[in-house]
Amino acid sequence: MALYLFKPWLINLIPAFPLLGFLINSSFSLVGARRGKSFSEGLPALVGCILPMVSFAIALLTFFVLKSTPVNVIPAPNLFSWIATDLFTVNFSFAVDHLSSVMILIITGVGSLIHLYSVGYMKGDSGFARYFSYLNLFLFFMLLLVLGENLLVLFVGWEGVGLCSYLLIGFWFSDPAKAAAGKKAFIVNRIGDFGFLIGIFLILYAFFSQSQSTDTNFLSFSFMAAHQQIFAPLATIITLALFFGATGKSAQIPLYIWLPDAMAGPTPVSALIHAATMVTAGVYMVARLHFLFALSPFTQHVIAAVGLATAFMAALIGLTQYDIKKVLAYSTVSQLGFMFLAIGAGSPPTAVFHLMTHAFFKACLFLGAGSVIHAAHDQDIRNMGGFFRKMPITAITFLISTLAIAGVPPLAGFFSKDEILLWTYCDAPSKIYYWLAVLTAGLTAFYMFRLFTYTFLGKTRHPHPEHLHESPVVMTIPLMVLALLAIFGGFVGVPEILGGENQIGHWLSSYSFLIDEPFEISLAEMWRVMAISTLFPLCMGILSVILYSRNLNWAKNLKSRLGIFYRLVSDKFRVDEIYDFLFVRPLVFISRNLLWKGIDEKLVDGLMVHGGPSMATFSARMLSLLQSGVLGSYLVYLWLGLVVFLVMAVR
Amino acid sequence: MITIYHYLILSAILFTLGMVGVVIRKNILIVLMSIEVLMNAINLVFIAVARYWQLMDGHVVVFFVIAVAAAEAAIGLAIVVSVFRNRQTIKTTDLRLMRG
Amino acid sequence: MVLLMIFQTNPIASAVYLVFGFFGLAGIYVLLSAPFVAVLQVLVYVGAIMVLFIFVLMLLNLKKEDLIYDKVTWKKIGVVLLGLFFLGFLSYYFISIPDLLPFTPVAENFGEPKAVGQYLFTNYLIPFELTSILLLVGIIGAVVLGKKD
Repeated sequence: MALYLFKPWLINLIPAFPLLGFLINSSFSLVGARRGKSFSEGLPALVGCILPMVSFAIALLTFFVLKSTPVNVIPAPNLFSWIATDLFTVNFSFAVDHLSSVMILIITGVGSLIHLYSVGYMKGDSGFARYFSYLNLFLFFMLLLVLGENLLVLFVGWEGVGLCSYLLIGFWFSDPAKAAAGKKAFIVNRIGDFGFLIGIFLILYAFFSQSQSTDTNFLSFSFMAAHQQIFAPLATIITLALFFGATGKSAQIPLYIWLPDAMAGPTPVSALIHAATMVTAGVYMVARLHFLFALSPFTQHVIAAVGLATAFMAALIGLTQYDIKKVLAYSTVSQLGFMFLAIGAGSPPTAVFHLMTHAFFKACLFLGAGSVIHAAHDQDIRNMGGFFRKMPITAITFLISTLAIAGVPPLAGFFSKDEILLWTYCDAPSKIYYWLAVLTAGLTAFYMFRLFTYTFLGKTRHPHPEHLHESPVVMTIPLMVLALLAIFGGFVGVPEILGGENQIGHWLSSYSFLIDEPFEISLAEMWRVMAISTLFPLCMGILSVILYSRNLNWAKNLKSRLGIFYRLVSDKFRVDEIYDFLFVRPLVFISRNLLWKGIDEKLVDGLMVHGGPSMATFSARMLSLLQSGVLGSYLVYLWLGLVVFLVMAVR
Repeated sequence: MITIYHYLILSAILFTLGMVGVVIRKNILIVLMSIEVLMNAINLVFIAVARYWQLMDGHVVVFFVIAVAAAEAAIGLAIVVSVFRNRQTIKTTDLRLMRG
Repeated sequence: MVLLMIFQTNPIASAVYLVFGFFGLAGIYVLLSAPFVAVLQVLVYVGAIMVLFIFVLMLLNLKKEDLIYDKVTWKKIGVVLLGLFFLGFLSYYFISIPDLLPFTPVAENFGEPKAVGQYLFTNYLIPFELTSILLLVGIIGAVVLGKKD
């Protein structure tokens, strides 16, 4: 239709609009702070919401253009030449290919919905304009990340979203606990980035030492893909380093600890950043660099193991939490673990598919939780119950998303999760992976339905039930849209045996690790896998609803029976405390005592700053004793000097 | 046989004596007198060397040295007199305003 | 003589010994074919300077109790030792100058006043004039410093 309108430079505008939104809204916020009172909320909201929607429109246009051309990549005109030396060049430019087209649709689409929702959620907050400016800035950086034509632009976006996550998590920074959560997120992220940087350096090293061509645009993805054999000896180390960075950003073991704490931020932030976009950056990065990871089977095994372990552990913890957002946070960590399990099993396209469906239903879940919190002013599910009647739209959308995450067909989550389980069955190092993954999927269903039951069903435990109300339209429309996407979004990935075309699988097929046909599996086995992955979570879900809607005495008994074990799990396996003991405390001790008191005070201040003058003063005082005022003694000194001189002359 | 060495060493002895005198004695006048001794030791060296090399220049130099020494002695004594008038002492150890 | 001089308590005694020392030096100068310098020494040094010294000594009008009795301290002994050390080195240095010949005979009018005068008024004219100015300055300075009040 309007395809002929498209020009490649439009791609450069996709991140430009959110950037513009950031600038406008931050100036609103600054001016408001100056004046002592904030602007009316209308203008920042308008700016903040419209601009991402414009970007979404362009992204949609780009997608259709890409679909209709035989070309795989549409590069945008170079913005500027960033690094230009003889040895090494980097250009700041964007490009859209199949992978990034999917990503930008998710980012701008879900992002716009969340912006809309935030208008209602953040109403009345004094930092309204500041919030929208940060949110737009985040979109900008995330778009940089996925649109970047080379690894360095990706890294800029990578760091930028880390920054925005800090800004947004610690949004209500006057509460020290919330500010600390923001700090924790950024610092843990940074630790991962260290690994990422080492990966980049190693890549550069590989090129510097071995490249024969005269083209120096080393970090460009097209360049790297074309010369991938250069990496072969270093592939394992590089990919491990890069994966370490991904564990920081995408909250895997060992760097997942920031995500539960990140719930201190406003709920739409949790929806956007920690459900749909930022945490998926790690998955995107691995998919983008799939050719690197394909060179190292060892890393693939590591990724699969880490992903599975994370998924399982997070599911266990999520089972015991009583804060809505914390349950959803651990659920996010768990689903991310599933995505990495898919990668490790050899199929990044499947991981991206799950990324997409997860964005839909998790964002819907978070926004629904926000709706609940907005109404009940409380986050503890033990104080909730029976919300179904009071807020039906929220409840229904929440139910739909819960079904989706549990993997109930024909909702979106089923298709993506089932495909992950299929790959795990076929390509993981051992069948244990598969059974553990199935168990985790069951646990996922179980705790999600637990959450639903506690919150929406049964009798109300809330102290003031008469205050409960449904959320305003601004908030419910995004909920409904996302729920619809959760229902229908999976249909792009229906596998062939069920009669579908698996469009998304084909769209992203070039990003798989394996070159030939994926695996050999009999039809009967495939049906069996599918049946298990459907029925098991379904049963767990029903079980959970039944168990939790009754009298909860059985839970109390179980808790006391499990005793220590239960406490261990509900305390998140004490991982935070372990880290604190192992790393934080020694570090703080060293920096306080050694570096601060020892070196800074004694050495730098004492020796260098004071030392010079005090030595001068001391020697001056000593020497002044020689000046007795009696001429005769002066003469002696003269004479002494003369004698010394003579002695030396004779020698 | 009296060689030049003898004269040189004599001069050295005189010089040392003069130095010792300057340092040891506390009476300013004796110190000034020791300074004269120093200058004479130097004169001796000049004369001896002039005799050795058969050059008259040494004599001329000594002439000047004596003249200068005279002037210096005069001034020095004048200073001693005025110091004595101010402080009533001629002990060097009491004159230590430059102490520091 | 000089040795005696420096160890005298009474300054007058020291002055007298110094005078004798100067006479001795004058004699040595004559031995060294420098009669003009010898006479000059006696005239100026002894005649003028030492007389000045004696005058000032008398002027100070020292009583018996004003005399300074120097104690033999460690510092003094150290200085004397230093002096001996110094002397030793100097002598060693002088002696180690190789091959100095004995004195050769000189011409007739070596050291005569006429010869000195010749030098004074030709080569060393400028220092001569400057010295006269120096003496003038010295006189003025001494007068200024010695004024009462």
